[in-house]
Amino acid sequence: MSTPVLSTRGLDKNFGSLVVAKDIEIALPKGVRYALIGPNGAGKTTLINLITGMLQPDVGQIFLGDEEITRLGPEQRVRRGLVRTFQINTLFPNLTALEAVTLAVCERRGDAKTWWRPITAYGEVLDEAYSILTSLLLAPVCNRPTRELAYGQQRLLEIALALATRPKVLLLDEPAAGVPRDESSELFAAITSLSQDITVLFIEHDMNIVFKLASRIIVMVGGRILVEGTPAEIAADPRVREVYLGGAHHG
Amino acid sequence: MAVMSSAVTNPHQFLQAQNRWHWIEVAFWLATLLPFVLTPSYLSLASQIAITALFALSLDLILGYAGIVSLGHAAFFGFGAYTAGLISKWGWGEPLSGLLIAAFSAAVLGYLMSFIIARFRHLTLIMMTLGLGLLLFEVANKASWLTGGADGLQGVHMWPLLGMFRFDLYGYTAYTYALIVLFLLFLLSRRLTNSPFGLALRGIRENLTRMRAIGATSRSHIRTVYTISAAIAGVAGGLLTQTTETVSLGVVDFQRSADVLVILVLGGAGRLYGGLIGAIIFMVARDQFSGINPQYWYFPIGVLLIAVVMFLPNGILGGLARLVASWRSRSQ
Ligand SMILES: Nc1ncnc2c1ncn2[C@@H]1O[C@H](COP(=O)(O)OP(=O)(O)OP(=O)(O)O)[C@@H](O)[C@H]1O
Ligand SMILES: [Mg+2]
Repeated sequence: MSTPVLSTRGLDKNFGSLVVAKDIEIALPKGVRYALIGPNGAGKTTLINLITGMLQPDVGQIFLGDEEITRLGPEQRVRRGLVRTFQINTLFPNLTALEAVTLAVCERRGDAKTWWRPITAYGEVLDEAYSILTSLLLAPVCNRPTRELAYGQQRLLEIALALATRPKVLLLDEPAAGVPRDESSELFAAITSLSQDITVLFIEHDMNIVFKLASRIIVMVGGRILVEGTPAEIAADPRVREVYLGGAHHG
Repeated sequence: MAVMSSAVTNPHQFLQAQNRWHWIEVAFWLATLLPFVLTPSYLSLASQIAITALFALSLDLILGYAGIVSLGHAAFFGFGAYTAGLISKWGWGEPLSGLLIAAFSAAVLGYLMSFIIARFRHLTLIMMTLGLGLLLFEVANKASWLTGGADGLQGVHMWPLLGMFRFDLYGYTAYTYALIVLFLLFLLSRRLTNSPFGLALRGIRENLTRMRAIGATSRSHIRTVYTISAAIAGVAGGLLTQTTETVSLGVVDFQRSADVLVILVLGGAGRLYGGLIGAIIFMVARDQFSGINPQYWYFPIGVLLIAVVMFLPNGILGGLARLVASWRSRSQ
């Protein structure tokens, strides 16, 4: 079997006496759609923080392909193609949607260091940013400040910013968090239509969506990986049922 | 219907329209020529205003755009001022090259400082910059063999500008010189803020966490803008030295750092013209009120500052922009 695109070995993380990650081992092959599920406080967001370098693990290693990235800063990981979105909107409130995505494209191309050329001279950058926004149905509002966008549009912009970096591995932390179920279809359509070259790990509480989108599922409980498998295996697993019938699940 | 109109505008046109010169800007720069005809006896004041405006512009680049607070920006102003003064004292009185050297030395100081600055934020950063400012003040004070200390630097004498224009008593040359330098560096700043780099600075101000998540090289951006800002502050300091032919400790004192911050907040940070408008209001107010009561002239400035911060969080320019926007949307 070829090397996984993203893998971890024995990741541990404690906040004081609280164990938020214990012996985390994952290995994502190229192009798969992985769902990461588990009750509130299971440590899902923490795992994304560890993988993307926003938190340092106490013990363990992280690999992107063959390269160990455990000690790299978050921005260096992003430039190698490991990109995330946030459960809670983490956007640029006073930039327009177009400016925000243009900024992300500029950073990727190394143009953001240029201070002697006007942004309007970067036609192809603007075109690329605009086409990303178009694909996420944000073109009509692209010249409005982010803070004025509807909440659901801001969730789409989270994904747009991630896509502008041209990720190899995309970690989506509850992309539809806070979006009413009947309005989340645009978001999941966008995720479904992502290129098969991109490896995706997404956190989601809604089981219908998880089973529809994921080719494999990881279940986390109390900072540990309880089980990993295909949707059918997970659905049939008595331990998973126990966790979810225990009342900890809100979705 | 703002939504509709932005929907039909293509992104290129929209951004181009934003970067284009507005007629108000043209009018503003034409108005800077008025002192030559209307108040020729106030040209020295006008040149001080232009210098202060340039200093405020330098602070705007880091504070208004990148969101980096500084309570010690006079360090760079003063460094440029002393550099320009010393060069002249040591026998080289040519203004333009002196100004370049002042800019360069302030830039070097800024570049060195930027490695510390880029690591901190919020209160720590304020204390850092404050500390730097106080430190430089003490150095200038103690090294009186070099700087003249509290007596000021004596023996500064400038050669005529371009070998032709003497620095006259009326400030004619001084204002012309300061205004041209201000305008050129304004053009540079305008270009910078409209560039991809300028966009990245605003990104740093808006959300540093997201900047990391898009792979941005924020620290190197901060170092660059800090160096540029220090250089411009150094030019402002150098201009003050050259147009007044003295350097006092006041060029590096805390008051100067505080004043420029007040000026920028009054005028409105993050819009380039804020510092210019703020400088005009502040300096004219100081000139007028200190004539009436030299001790208490800060009182009206204090009242104005409180009023602006309470009612116009984006400064006077921000308030004007909002007024125009609401007036436009009503008239549609
Ligand atoms: N910086 C921190 N310091 C201390 N404790 C933290 C910190 N971040 C998270 N925690 C705790 O770690 C545990 C795991 O949090 P995490 O956000 O990873 O959960 P999660 O699985 O993403 O939950 P949710 O489904 O609610 O988003 C929680 O108990 C949380 O309170
Ligand atoms: Mg979470």
